[in-house]
Amino acid sequence: MNVLEINNVTKQFGNLVAVRGVSLNVAKGEMCAIIGPNGAGKTTFFNLISGFFPPTSGSIIFDGQDITRLSTHERVTRGMARTFQITEIFPELTVFENVRIAAEVAGGYRLRPWMSRSEITKVHASVEEALKLVSLEGKADRLVGELAHGDQRSAEIAMALALKPHLLLLDEPTAGMGDQETFQITQLIRRLHRDSNYTIVLIEHDMRVVFHLADRICVLDQGRMLAQGTPQEIAANETVQAAYLGNAA
Amino acid sequence: MSSEQTRKLVVLATIWASLILAPYWMVPLGGYTALATRVLVLGLAAMSVNFLLGFTGVLSFGHAAWFGLGAYGAGLTLKFLAPSTPLALILGMLLGGLCGAILGTLIVRRRGVYFAMVTIAFGQVFYYIAFQWSSLTGGDDGLRGFSRHPIDFGVFKLDILSNANNFYFFVLFCFAIVVGAMGYILRSPFGRTMIAIRENERRARFLGIPVERHIWIAFTLSCFFMGFAGALYALVNNFADPRGLHYSQSGDFVMMAVMGGMRSFWGPLLGAAVFVVLQDYLSSVTVNWMSFVGLLFVLVVLFFPRGLLGFLQRSKA
Repeated sequence: MNVLEINNVTKQFGNLVAVRGVSLNVAKGEMCAIIGPNGAGKTTFFNLISGFFPPTSGSIIFDGQDITRLSTHERVTRGMARTFQITEIFPELTVFENVRIAAEVAGGYRLRPWMSRSEITKVHASVEEALKLVSLEGKADRLVGELAHGDQRSAEIAMALALKPHLLLLDEPTAGMGDQETFQITQLIRRLHRDSNYTIVLIEHDMRVVFHLADRICVLDQGRMLAQGTPQEIAANETVQAAYLGNAA
Repeated sequence: MSSEQTRKLVVLATIWASLILAPYWMVPLGGYTALATRVLVLGLAAMSVNFLLGFTGVLSFGHAAWFGLGAYGAGLTLKFLAPSTPLALILGMLLGGLCGAILGTLIVRRRGVYFAMVTIAFGQVFYYIAFQWSSLTGGDDGLRGFSRHPIDFGVFKLDILSNANNFYFFVLFCFAIVVGAMGYILRSPFGRTMIAIRENERRARFLGIPVERHIWIAFTLSCFFMGFAGALYALVNNFADPRGLHYSQSGDFVMMAVMGGMRSFWGPLLGAAVFVVLQDYLSSVTVNWMSFVGLLFVLVVLFFPRGLLGFLQRSKA
């Protein structure tokens, strides 16, 4: 079954067509990577999926329901979580507090003036589970703003996980990282995919990461879907090589 | 963990003890009880402003409107409706809070400077209404001809009109209820979403928080607190002044909050205390007292960006 079905989506800003008739299906448990040169429309495409702005035309189906016109927070409530190219966290709060906010919102407690003991226990269990998945359980009491870049990114992913998402959108999870941290995050994403069976769509610049992780690769170029297929197929695709891999090499 | 908690408990106990004993230690120090009452009421107003500014990260520059509406609501109730102090407080709070809630729906879509400008604009609307509608509000002269009423407990009556200490303790009781409510809200899941919005609005939105709705709720709560403070202020003076709605009054509240420390819960109370005491002392020495308060404000902002209380907390830790 498809978690996400994107049908012929177009986004136009004035005269600029940033995304041009792109379609994409993501099956449950699949890891799909979106690549493409700078300005190819990857981030715009991501923003359309997560509801930053509505598409000019086309439709987006999530878990069998049309979410094309839904706001961001409604999409999150339905099980879509995302991280950002530039880490978006609450720097002056601890790791625990960061993830707790996510867990409380996911539990439906965001408007509650009080919580029962069992509800608090449930929230704490969900925070601990998310921290364990990203191996941050030992740093729960540290301020997120004081952590290393890789750990901050892990904390952001933990917040997304605490939302109990059906679909995880990762925007350049290894952006601005050194080899060590890139390795750490790649391993984390691979665990989430292989062991915890999350459905993941990610944008990534680092080709080693993409070919290492993804079940399927989609190549965007000038707002169009140039090609999609397994890593082997994409590596062998001549159009892609001309447009992208050739330039990169 | 326990040492941190004991420290907090000691601080809290010190604050409440000094508030409860204020009439006894302020007089020997050259103050007077009514001054302490003013500190409490203006401190409550500054804390209400800071509920938004310090904990939701939204700067309202028109909060005096809800404060002034609370004052007029209380005054008009006492003058025309019924000689009941509790009713005056409740209706004053409702007037400020409900007007804030309704206009808040229009305000919360703006951010930053635009939010501040829109709040000033709406605040000034209420200022001019109070100023022009002389037949009801007394216009420029303000609303006079009412006074706070003894509180009837059935068994006995509490005289809060002529006994300054009784009135202080009554105001302290009201202050404690509202401040307790604020503290409680800030520690709730809802309060944590406010802090999430302050810290990173985009992240809050992508955690599934409907940001505008939450800002509106925080704004509305803050307006109710503000209306309540304003109603108390009408009781303090037995008078409601149109200048209580003016944006320069809003500026004073923001100044108290920032001077005291807007990231700390109690900071605005300290800011209000400094402001009120300086005003009381300096205005008897010079008509230009505001320039000295302004100078202090500039110095605090330059050298203690976290405010006086923020500085005290930092140097203790």
